[in-house]
Amino acid sequence: MGTHKNNESKKLKKRKWFSVSWFFTYLFMILLVAFTSLPLVYMVSTAFKPIDELFIYPPQFLVRKPTLQSFRDLLTAMDSSVVPFTRYIYNSVFTTIITVLSTVIISCMGAFALSKYKLPGSKVVFQIIILALMFSSYTTQIPSYMIVSKLGLINKYSALIIPKLAVAYNFFLIKQFADQLPNELLEAARVEGAHEWKIFWKIAMPILKPAWSTLVVFSFVSNWNDYFTPLIFTNKQAMKTLPLALQTIAGGPGAVARSGAVAAATFIATVPTIVIFVIMQAKVMETMAYSGIKA
Amino acid sequence: MAEVMKRKHIGLKSTKPFKVRINAWLQKYGIPYLFISPFIILFTIFVIAPVFVAISMSLTNYNMIQPPRWVGITNFRILFTNDNIFLIALRNTFIFALITGPIGYFMSFLAAWVINELKFRNGFALAFYAPSITSGIAMSVVWLYFFSGDRYGLLNNILINLGLINEPVLWNIDPEKILPVIIVISVWMSMGTGFLVFLAGLQNVPRELYEAAAIDGVKNRFQQLYYITSHIMKPQLLFGAINSIVGSFGVFDIAVSVSGIPSPNYAGHTIVAHLYDHAFIRFEMGYASAVAVVLFLITFIFGRIAMKMFS
Repeated sequence: MGTHKNNESKKLKKRKWFSVSWFFTYLFMILLVAFTSLPLVYMVSTAFKPIDELFIYPPQFLVRKPTLQSFRDLLTAMDSSVVPFTRYIYNSVFTTIITVLSTVIISCMGAFALSKYKLPGSKVVFQIIILALMFSSYTTQIPSYMIVSKLGLINKYSALIIPKLAVAYNFFLIKQFADQLPNELLEAARVEGAHEWKIFWKIAMPILKPAWSTLVVFSFVSNWNDYFTPLIFTNKQAMKTLPLALQTIAGGPGAVARSGAVAAATFIATVPTIVIFVIMQAKVMETMAYSGIKA
Repeated sequence: MAEVMKRKHIGLKSTKPFKVRINAWLQKYGIPYLFISPFIILFTIFVIAPVFVAISMSLTNYNMIQPPRWVGITNFRILFTNDNIFLIALRNTFIFALITGPIGYFMSFLAAWVINELKFRNGFALAFYAPSITSGIAMSVVWLYFFSGDRYGLLNNILINLGLINEPVLWNIDPEKILPVIIVISVWMSMGTGFLVFLAGLQNVPRELYEAAAIDGVKNRFQQLYYITSHIMKPQLLFGAINSIVGSFGVFDIAVSVSGIPSPNYAGHTIVAHLYDHAFIRFEMGYASAVAVVLFLITFIFGRIAMKMFS
C-alpha cells in the first residue's frame, strides 16, 4: 500500500516537472532571485576590482582581473587617518560577539524557567513580552540614552552591549521552542537527584540547540548591522562600529577617490552575516516552525 | 523520590509555620526565579520602564540640564498643528510603510509558498533571504552605484543608452526621486522579513489535510492556499505581520544613507529621523519623546489590528 502510494506521488512529481506552469514557476523564481542577488553579486565583484576597472566608462558589472588591492588600501592607507579601519572592525566584532553570547544565555535561562516551572506570574510576563514585540525599539531609545548617560557609559563598550541584551523577540523565540521540551525528561533527571542548574545546562541546552543557534544568527545579524545604538551611545570616532564607519567613508568629500576602499568596506560589513546564516541554515529552518504567535 | 513527595506536599494548604513555608517556596521556585531574573531585570530597565518614562516625558519640556517642566499635551499639539517638518515626516513614513510593508510581506509569502515546492529549496531560500540580513547602510552604498547621479550610475547609464533621458537624473538629490529610491532599496531588503517563518510554517501544514480537502472539492493550489494553508499558518502570518509593521514604520538608516539628515526639502525625512534630530542633536527630550509616543501608538494600533485579523 505504502509503496503504491509512493509510486503514485513520484509519477505526479515527474509530470509536474515537465509541465508548462512549472517551467514558468521556475522562470519567475529565477528572475526574482536574480533581482534579490544581483546587487550582492555586484557588491562582491566591485570589492575585487582593480582601480582602472572601478573608473571605467561605461561602468562594468563584473570584475575582469580580481585583486585584493582595495582591501590593502582600506586596511593600510586608512592608517594615516585618525582611526585605523581595523579599529572599527574590532569594535564591531567585539561588541557583537559579547552581545550575542550574553543575550543567548540570559534568554535561554529565562525562557526555560518560564516555560518549564509554572512560576507564579509567568502568564503575565509572557503577555508583556508579546506586547513588547509590537514596540518599535526606537520608542525606548530616549529613556535608554538617559540611563546610559547617567551611568556614565557613553563611549564605553558596555553601552553598545547592555541595553541590547533583553530583547522580547529573542525571549519569545526560545520560549516557543522550549514549550516542546518533554517534561518527563526533566522530571526523570530530578528524580535521579540532578541539580536544576545541571538540568538546564546538560539536558535543556542540548535539546534547545536549534533554537539558540537560530538566535545566534538573528542576534548576530541585528547587532552587526545595528546603526542606531552606536550612533547615539558613542560620539568618539574610535568607538564607532562598521556601519557608521562605512557611512563616513562612503559619503563626504573625496568619496569618489576612495571608491575602492568603500567597496572593500561594504564587503567586510556584509559578508559575515551571510556566512553565519549559511552555516546555520538547517537549524534556523527547524526553529522557525515554532515561531508563530497564537492570538 | 522524597523530593517529588515534598513538591507535591507543598502544593496543599499548609498549616506549617511561616518560615518553613517560605523555605519550601524558595526551594521550589528560588532557582527558576534566579534563572529568569537577569532577563527580567534588564527587560524592565531597558524596555518596560522606558516606555512609561517616554510617555511621561512627552508631557514635559526637558533638555537634560534643567529639571523637566510639565507642559501637558502642548508637545503633541505643536507636533500636529505647528511642526510642518513632522507632518512631512509622518506623510513620508506612512507612504513608505504602506508600500514597503505589504509588498515585502506578500512577496515573502509568495516566495516561501513557491520555493517550498521547488527543487534546490535551500539554494533558492538563501538567494532570496540574503538581502534582508545585510546591513542597510552597506546596501544603500551598493544601491547608490545604481542610482548614482552622474553618468557612472548604472541606471542613468542604461537610461541614456536607451535614449529615454538626455541628462543624468539626480536620484538621491532630487526631492521628487528620494522617497521612491528609498522605497526601492527597502522593498529589496524587506522581501525576506517574514520569509523564513512562512517557509517553516508551510512545511508544517500536514499533507493529509490537502488530501482530505481534495475529496471535499478543493481543486487547485490557489484554493488550497485560501481554504487550508492560510488558516493553519495564522500564527506565522501574524508573527510576520507584526515584524513587518514594526520594521516598516521604523524606517531610518536607509533613508539617512540615501539622502542624509536633513535631506533636501526633507524629502527623505521620517518619524525616526525627526526623533533623532530633536533628541540627539537638539536635546529636546520632551518633544522627542512625544514623537516616540506617536510612533509607539502607530505600531501598537497596527499591531492590534493585525492580531484581530489573525485571531
